[in-house]
Amino acid sequence: MIYEVFRQEREGQPFQHGGSLEAPDLAFAEAYAREFYGRRNESVALWIVPREAVREVDDPYVADVFDRDYRRVDGYSIKVKLKEARELAAKSAGAPSADESRPHSDAESG
Amino acid sequence: MSDRSTAERLLELADDELLIGWRNSEWTGIAPFLEEDVAFSSIAQGEIGHARAFYELAAQELGTDADTLAFDREPEEYRSAPLVELRLVPDWARTIARHWLYETADAIRVTALEESSSSEVAGLAAKIEREEAYHRMHADMWAERLRESAERKRFEAAVEELWPYSLGILPDSQREEFRATVGETLGLPLPDAEPFERGVHTDDFFPLWEEMTSVRRSVAGASW
Repeated sequence: MIYEVFRQEREGQPFQHGGSLEAPDLAFAEAYAREFYGRRNESVALWIVPREAVREVDDPYVADVFDRDYRRVDGYSIKVKLKEARELAAKSAGAPSADESRPHSDAESG
Repeated sequence: MSDRSTAERLLELADDELLIGWRNSEWTGIAPFLEEDVAFSSIAQGEIGHARAFYELAAQELGTDADTLAFDREPEEYRSAPLVELRLVPDWARTIARHWLYETADAIRVTALEESSSSEVAGLAAKIEREEAYHRMHADMWAERLRESAERKRFEAAVEELWPYSLGILPDSQREEFRATVGETLGLPLPDAEPFERGVHTDDFFPLWEEMTSVRRSVAGASW
């Protein structure tokens, strides 16, 4: 039986997929998961899930007809908009290198 | 550490751990399935790491170093228990029987060491116990699986065969506890055979010693 192993690197962090393993039952899966992902202090917590319990979604694409970036869980990136605004400002000021003379701002998201 | 010297006791532990690690490592590449291959190899490496730590403490007492103790002694100077010397590949039932008996005995021994009057020994024992707990979990898991499988008789026969060897791991004072633990888990009366004690090597030991020390002996005195 195949098991998927998820590991948490530090407390409070999200669990991430570590890999999969094959084991005859859950007890063996636990032992092997500890062995492969736990014994060098690389994980603070582990989840083991039988692969058959994982539902694979065939066609995850949902058509994004309208611009609703603001609804995205990661917020919408202002990097592109900021770049456009700077270019526009530089153009209207007639100084193409104005961008470089300012301290660089790394703001990425709202 | 009773009346015997600390160094002598540490060497017994170190030799046991080195040899069981060596024997378990013979499964690398040929274990019954890949995951187990990785896990058992890792346990083997863990035991050799414990051997190194015990040799280092012994070396402090004896004014030498760990490698000299591990690889430069004559066969008769090794203090290993006969149980860990036996070559058991490719018999998985006997390998698990030994693994389980060894880890069960080792738990009793290491727990006692944690009470050692030497803070260095007690500290090392506590550190080792954290890893041994995992080895024990692995051994218990496999012993249970074989006990509940169609190969139950084969596993039980292996435990009975190896039982007198496993007694040799522990000093007299710890054997009753060992017998009770093993008997209770197995649910079978254990044979009253004469224990195989330290001091007399099995035939399997000599080829192991030859191979284990061959590289060091090939360039005697070299610094690697």
